[in-house]
Amino acid sequence: MSTPQPPMPQTAAPDRQAAPGAPYSAPGAAYPGYTSPIPVVRTHLGHAIASEWTKIKSVRSTMWTLGVFALLVLGIGLLTGLVVESSDPDLGGESPLSLGFFGLLLGAMCVITLGVLTTASEYGTGMIRTTMVACPSRGRVLAAKALVFFLIAFAVTLVCATLTGFLHVGLLEGHNGKEPSGEEWLKGTVGVSLYLALLGTLSLAVGSMIRHSAGAITIMIGAVLAPLVIALFMFSSSLQDVQQALFEYSIPNQMSIFYANSLSDSGPSGWDPLWIMLVATGAALGGAFALLEKRDV
Amino acid sequence: MIELEGLTKRYGEKVAVNNLTFAVRPGIVTGFLGPNGAGKSTTMRMILGLDRPTAGDVRIDGTHYDRLKDPLTSIGALLEAKGVHPGRSAYHHLLCLAQSNGIPARRVHEVLDTVGLSAVARKKAKGFSLGMGQRLGIAAALLGDPRILMFDEPVNGLDPEGIHWIRTLMKSLAAQGRTVFVSSHLMSEMALTADHLVVIGQGRLLADTSMAEFIQRNSRSYVRVRSPERERLLDVLHGAGITAVENGNGTLEVDGSKAEHIGELAARHQLVLHELSPQQASLEEAFMRLTAESVEYHAHSDTPASAERWGDGWKEGRA
Repeated sequence: MSTPQPPMPQTAAPDRQAAPGAPYSAPGAAYPGYTSPIPVVRTHLGHAIASEWTKIKSVRSTMWTLGVFALLVLGIGLLTGLVVESSDPDLGGESPLSLGFFGLLLGAMCVITLGVLTTASEYGTGMIRTTMVACPSRGRVLAAKALVFFLIAFAVTLVCATLTGFLHVGLLEGHNGKEPSGEEWLKGTVGVSLYLALLGTLSLAVGSMIRHSAGAITIMIGAVLAPLVIALFMFSSSLQDVQQALFEYSIPNQMSIFYANSLSDSGPSGWDPLWIMLVATGAALGGAFALLEKRDV
Repeated sequence: MIELEGLTKRYGEKVAVNNLTFAVRPGIVTGFLGPNGAGKSTTMRMILGLDRPTAGDVRIDGTHYDRLKDPLTSIGALLEAKGVHPGRSAYHHLLCLAQSNGIPARRVHEVLDTVGLSAVARKKAKGFSLGMGQRLGIAAALLGDPRILMFDEPVNGLDPEGIHWIRTLMKSLAAQGRTVFVSSHLMSEMALTADHLVVIGQGRLLADTSMAEFIQRNSRSYVRVRSPERERLLDVLHGAGITAVENGNGTLEVDGSKAEHIGELAARHQLVLHELSPQQASLEEAFMRLTAESVEYHAHSDTPASAERWGDGWKEGRA
């Protein structure tokens, strides 16, 4: 050891002759032994958050997924903007912000992947045991992971969505587009960023429950795409209501609501998608917490 | 101090750990010995709160692991599997652990230095050899300068120099008054490091004794005798009421007689002896005898057909 050690405690002499019945000393008896010069700190959530922040930024997969995310959102945003602009369109009073939707929809895959990896990859590598030994409060670990991930996902999405928004508004000036109102700006940037960050946090909770990266990513991508695909094959008129609901409540449609006030008369509108996702994420985190407490690591 | 009381873990029908009660005391190295699959790792995971016991209780200095305010400064553990994200550098791996317990970042450099990984601190863990991975795990265990240290099979994958290093390390940690609990399936390894022994087989406690007592109680001493006049030697020994066992390659093994006695006997009968040597059965043999009935994965070479049920001998011995 390179730390200066205090003098050997009196109890250091090997106690070979201790009677077999001796180990259970009277309650309250001080436990003798080594005393470290390192100050004892009562650990709290702040420590766990610092730890998770170091973890998430010290692996390359984080940088990769976030890099691809930014590339998709900004790249596709730029492309759609240029294509629409070159065709000299008439936006018919629509807000140009809605063009940002396509990039963010694809970017959602990256957010889902990163969310799942934040929890599930620790099970794949065995790191989870190290983590849980360092922080035996399992709920605290989950909370720290969710919080750190949510903030990163929100910040990155906000920057990308805002940049694309400015890009589109700038590119499509004078094409009979509507000047976006304050609320439209808010929904198209903060709103959709909160939605994506929550979707990622939902994935994080699913990753913690499934404990398998590939499995959890598949489930989440399925959850995003399956309702639309299933609805496509509902030809029977008796299923029309179900088909309609699947369309309306599918994640891509809910995301589009942040850009335009509801495509249909029924279904979620305004800020509804955010509240729906908030409830779903809360429920998933609750489930993940319950399973974490119940299962062995 | 680690105290286990009636600790039990069941996976469905299978009992991995069965009613373990013992204590690991400070100031000495306690060896935790058992064949593969005996339940050593499961026991260690329960001590660390990773697995919930089916029954019983385990306390660290009187507290449950998940109630510890400062887990890493109370107990540091090296678990069997690597437990490291392969894409993270050794430095960041230790840093995130230090942060989770409010341990100053300079400790990371100190422990990296202690285990000799400073030069590769910024390298990703996936490039590490088995031995380097083991050293990183030991660094993580030492990070909080804890009162209690637990090592699961620490010498796995280490080269002779590394093995020597960890032996010395464990002894010096214990000499500082810390509790050191180390598992192994190698008796020979334990004989060199441990002061106290806890032996388990199929999840049950087989022995909880000091090393010296274990050696004394479990090792068989005998005298090996070799002579060109084997038949006459046997007659002479028989005449003196000494039983000798032939062990196949022309030598005899005599239990319960001193070499001097046999030598004098042979001299009196003018017998030529080519070898007369007192022998001590190795601890490895003693350990194998102790756990023979409780080895889970036998290599079926010479398993006696009428093998008694495991644990029978143990019960009788204890009764």
